[in-house]
Amino acid sequence: MGNLPKITKKSVPMAEQSPEERIHNFNEVPLGYTPEEAIAEASRCLHCVNPTCIEGCPVHIRIPDFIQAIKDGDFAKSIAIIKEDSSLPAVCGRVCPQEEQCQEKCIMGKIGDPIFIGKLERFVADWEASQGIEVTPVKGKREGKVAIIGAGPAGLTAAGELAKYGYEVVVFEALHDTGGVLRYGIPEFRLPKSIIDREVEYIKRLGVKIELDMVIGRTLSIDDLWADGFDAIFIGTGAGLPKFMGIPGENLNQVYSANEFLTRVNLMKAYLFPEYDTPIKIGKRVGIVGGGNVAMDAARTAVRLGAEKVYVIYRRTEKEMPARIEEIAHAKEEGIIFHFLSNPVEILGDADGNVVGMKCIRMQLGEPDESGRRKPIPIEGSEFTIELETVVTSIGTGPNPILLKAFPGLKLNRRGYIEADPETGATSIEGVYAGGDIVTGSATVILAMGAGKKSAKAIHEYISSKKK
Amino acid sequence: MYEILATRMLAPKIFEFEVKAPNVARKAQAGQFLIIRLHERGERIPLTIADYNRDIGSITIVFQVVGKTTDELSTFKEGDKLADVVGPLGNPSELENGKKVVLIGGGVGIAPIYPIAKSLKEANNEVVSIIGSRTAELLFWEDKMKQVSDRLIVCTDDGTKGRKGFVTEALEGLINEGEKIDRVWAIGPMIMMKFVASVAKKYNVPTTVSLNTIMVDGTGMCGACRCTVDGKIKFACADGPEFDAFKVDFDELLKRAIRFKEEEKIAYERYLKGRGA
Repeated sequence: MGNLPKITKKSVPMAEQSPEERIHNFNEVPLGYTPEEAIAEASRCLHCVNPTCIEGCPVHIRIPDFIQAIKDGDFAKSIAIIKEDSSLPAVCGRVCPQEEQCQEKCIMGKIGDPIFIGKLERFVADWEASQGIEVTPVKGKREGKVAIIGAGPAGLTAAGELAKYGYEVVVFEALHDTGGVLRYGIPEFRLPKSIIDREVEYIKRLGVKIELDMVIGRTLSIDDLWADGFDAIFIGTGAGLPKFMGIPGENLNQVYSANEFLTRVNLMKAYLFPEYDTPIKIGKRVGIVGGGNVAMDAARTAVRLGAEKVYVIYRRTEKEMPARIEEIAHAKEEGIIFHFLSNPVEILGDADGNVVGMKCIRMQLGEPDESGRRKPIPIEGSEFTIELETVVTSIGTGPNPILLKAFPGLKLNRRGYIEADPETGATSIEGVYAGGDIVTGSATVILAMGAGKKSAKAIHEYISSKKK
Repeated sequence: MYEILATRMLAPKIFEFEVKAPNVARKAQAGQFLIIRLHERGERIPLTIADYNRDIGSITIVFQVVGKTTDELSTFKEGDKLADVVGPLGNPSELENGKKVVLIGGGVGIAPIYPIAKSLKEANNEVVSIIGSRTAELLFWEDKMKQVSDRLIVCTDDGTKGRKGFVTEALEGLINEGEKIDRVWAIGPMIMMKFVASVAKKYNVPTTVSLNTIMVDGTGMCGACRCTVDGKIKFACADGPEFDAFKVDFDELLKRAIRFKEEEKIAYERYLKGRGA
């Protein structure tokens, strides 16, 4: 074989909490690699001459290089390589859809399992954290002040980058805590809050100031920000407005939007009620409508809250589900029942407004629609009823209107999101940049992060040219 | 953290707090609300802004003890701090000029009707106010309301003060006096607002109500506050809190208001037990 690497087709699995155990707690499911496991998995990398994995990464992390460093046992070098391009590696290692990004492009995947790039990223990020946070102080301050609206993945990334350039950065967050969707949306068992705290702490140590309880558009206007001397503004407010189906019974008492359901549990810690004051009520049977990651999060949360039966109702088949394969597999292991090719037509309630069931109709797939997926068509006369006490709708979100309404002149696209240059995040207003879900509609953490980073660079160039 | 500058008991179980919140006070307008959280384990509850002082940078809230959070809040003293005060939220009242308006405040709803009455008075409207409560000792802010009203009608259900009967009867009385009323604003218990709407509708007097629903974030993100207005789903926090009373589905709101009734009871009993009450 000479110099050719030894080919190991099987990847190194990451230990997980067993389904029997984990349905009774909110602790993280995958437990992480040991250094030996990480080195073994890293050693499977072929170090392709033309590494296609990098193409698959929205922020173009030098993947083969960070994997090589793990192989060499130099974890500090490995995380440093990742951090050149990503500011939230512990988060992305956990929630990025690697199977359709870097890992999908991995050559090893053609002959065996792809390299578990995400799990390796998580390993080195966690290794770094276990060594204590080290922040190289920012050298040389630059003249200029930037306001960031929203402390989610896009905003935090932009803030961190701008602080590294040497600017004074203030992040304005509407909620009482940081992280945006990372904290209110993604459950503890998939992304522990301690990791968000760690990333936020890092950004604060770079000198970023975070102001909570600040609803821009209400507490402060955009004009107030200009008056306060900010040179540029970055909008990263996300796509937070929940959509509803528009069917009868949707305002019954135990019909939650996924946002409400998850915010109560994640941000407000309703799973610890009555230790914490925010309640959640689910009954014995819960139906989740939708097939994305948020739907899986809601379903798996319902299991952990003690629901005896949790159904996922999705109008297409498993193949078309937008959720990550890993999350669907976790959900199945946890006993969640899937009703594919089914769509709700009515939520049924009793005289007091409580949910007692949901009437659904069977669907079949027709011709592909504009999304490229085959369009589900109802089968006449195929209605059936599921008995349940709670419904969680997880059918997507739209742009939050509060900031946009308070910002006349900001050009929006046809779907109501902010129109921004994909390369710079520049909007129709000079000095105002935007990125993340408020530009793209619901997407991924890594894309939001990438947008935050690009905007930070553009803002730096903008301020530099202005201050000349 | 937001410091409590002054506390006052207005009536049994009804309290007035002045809280330092310069960012909220700076922008507050009549009709808007805020969200508070008592401490790290607290829930987020919406309260209407009852008054504000931009010079001091303070806002005034009025609340009635109805459960765990409000009971615990009532034990806070001057100098204590609230974990969070967020606002002002919701759309300000749409104020007209030179009209004849009737402002109705029922129970603890007297507090949020006050800043609207004040603003309408300042905008040269003729303001007739009706305030009502179950009984005389629960009535508050009569003087404050008098100052911002051209005429004030007080009523109590049991007749211990002012006119005996409900605010709806006082409204109907006014209408029957034959004066043309351009608009009614009503804030109070959901059931009161429902009946005000039905009386006003009978005489076709445009009416605005302010919906104080259950909320979590208060910024349009969760939809806990949703209601049906004119057959469509609206969010009280982002689209309201004020709506055309004739178009609001009050029966649905009455049910949604008690979504967590059992949990609220559990939390309150546990709290009272822990306090040794």
